[in-house]
Amino acid sequence: MNGGPSARFEHPSVEPVKTVTSEALKSTPLAAAHAALGARLTPFAGYAMPVQYPAGILKEHLWTRAHAGLFDVSHMGPAFLELTAPTGDGEADHRAVAAAVEPLVCGDVRGLKPGQFRYTLLLNAAGGVLDDLMIGRPAGPDQQGRLYLVVNAGTKEADFAAIATAGGGAARLSRADDGALIAVQGPEAVAVVEPLIPGVAGLGFMTFAEFPFEGHVLTVSRSGYTGEDGYEILAPAALAEGLWARLMADDRVAAVGLGARDSLRLEAGLPLYGHDADETTSPVEAALTFALSRRRLKARDFPGAARIAAELADGPARVRVGLKVLQGAPAREGAAITDPEGTAIGVVTSGGFSPSLGGPIAMGYVPPASAAPGTALCVVVRGRSQAAVVAELPFTRHRYFRKPKPAQEVADHAFHQGS
Amino acid sequence: MRFTKDHEWVDLVGDIATIGITAYAAEQLGDVVFVELPEAGRALKAGDAMAVVESVKAASDVYAPISGEVTAVNGELGDNPQTVNDQPEQSGWFVQVKVADAHDVDALMDRAAYESFLATL
Repeated sequence: MNGGPSARFEHPSVEPVKTVTSEALKSTPLAAAHAALGARLTPFAGYAMPVQYPAGILKEHLWTRAHAGLFDVSHMGPAFLELTAPTGDGEADHRAVAAAVEPLVCGDVRGLKPGQFRYTLLLNAAGGVLDDLMIGRPAGPDQQGRLYLVVNAGTKEADFAAIATAGGGAARLSRADDGALIAVQGPEAVAVVEPLIPGVAGLGFMTFAEFPFEGHVLTVSRSGYTGEDGYEILAPAALAEGLWARLMADDRVAAVGLGARDSLRLEAGLPLYGHDADETTSPVEAALTFALSRRRLKARDFPGAARIAAELADGPARVRVGLKVLQGAPAREGAAITDPEGTAIGVVTSGGFSPSLGGPIAMGYVPPASAAPGTALCVVVRGRSQAAVVAELPFTRHRYFRKPKPAQEVADHAFHQGS
Repeated sequence: MRFTKDHEWVDLVGDIATIGITAYAAEQLGDVVFVELPEAGRALKAGDAMAVVESVKAASDVYAPISGEVTAVNGELGDNPQTVNDQPEQSGWFVQVKVADAHDVDALMDRAAYESFLATL
């Protein structure tokens, strides 16, 4: 995304798309659909992606909170990791494929239940975050020894190379990023998708399954990155336009670009990789400790485990927090965070205007002593100090689907601990 | 009304120029959520960053199209920044400036020239 603090009007962030060198950018299977809708495209992670449609970011954001937003996230990196020689013993095969990827991540892959989809982190040897990603275990007894992965667009080449290497001769990585990944997010998502893909209403939050569709197979997870209930649908490229068109035909659905995806995830308190977490931040600093497996912490068998265990015991040097900016302009990435006396204590890693709250919000890093909700701080925007206060994350309540019970299991699946 | 390649408009009455951003600029920026204006009395030189307009997505500078002294700013934009999108070339004006030299305004593009310029973008 374009986050320059200050851009002249001729800056690419507001230039018409025809100046984008299309031969240098990849397009998704939905490029024609975006053009027909009048999308404004922006280069993102090597793809020409819709940043907004004619309705604009504000309306697209609020529509997603109230109804159902339709997002093309085909630039992301879905893939499957499969044992090359499964034994046919489902449990043993799952343990074997989990063992291939676990050395790269801090999460419990082995302990995934059939059908479960989990947020985890790829780490470097220093415990820095190389990427955040989803890993799922298929539900079907005949599909064990296989994992469904979705990594970030900007990091997918490096992620896929690392995972393929880790798989060695035991597990083979197959990329699925030549298809379409379509997200439907919002309180009306289930009512929209269920008639088209019967059965998806039965999925619990953070689970996934395969569904037949027009002679092909869709991989559908009940997940997303907006804080709302909804689905992410992996479809073969040949089905993408038809599925998109059938979803758009529903009055409850509006197309939503990456601009509103960014403001939605910010309100939901979800970190954007490369901004709110990167190779220099540990999961403890990034306030992502829910992604650390207890079993694996005990065994210390993931990259950077020693640093992470020390930070859990002694506290990190800095931690990611939410900030409500109480006056003035939005504080964007790079803005300094100071204490009320003006001493610099941290930096904003993403920020903008919250359409739901009607004011500016941000995320950034501060020392733990200044991280308690309610702490008065300041942000510096264009040389001017503006009052801010540390806020609980998420800024807007998550409205993920929860099956009535068992309550404990749902809590375990929740993206954010205690949310 | 005169226009710049940075998509500002200037409307000169007597020696007072009212300045804002064009409908094209407002449309390109998207939903405006905050406008930072200069203080009255500030002396502007043509090309100075005189204001900042923030959309949901990004901040953009607005440059002084001419030199002069700020005599008034549009306080309405503090409470209703969306006015920039709704009426960019009327009540969404940014500042009024007492121009140093009225000929500076004549040197800017007229509407026909600006629209030809837009067609090249």
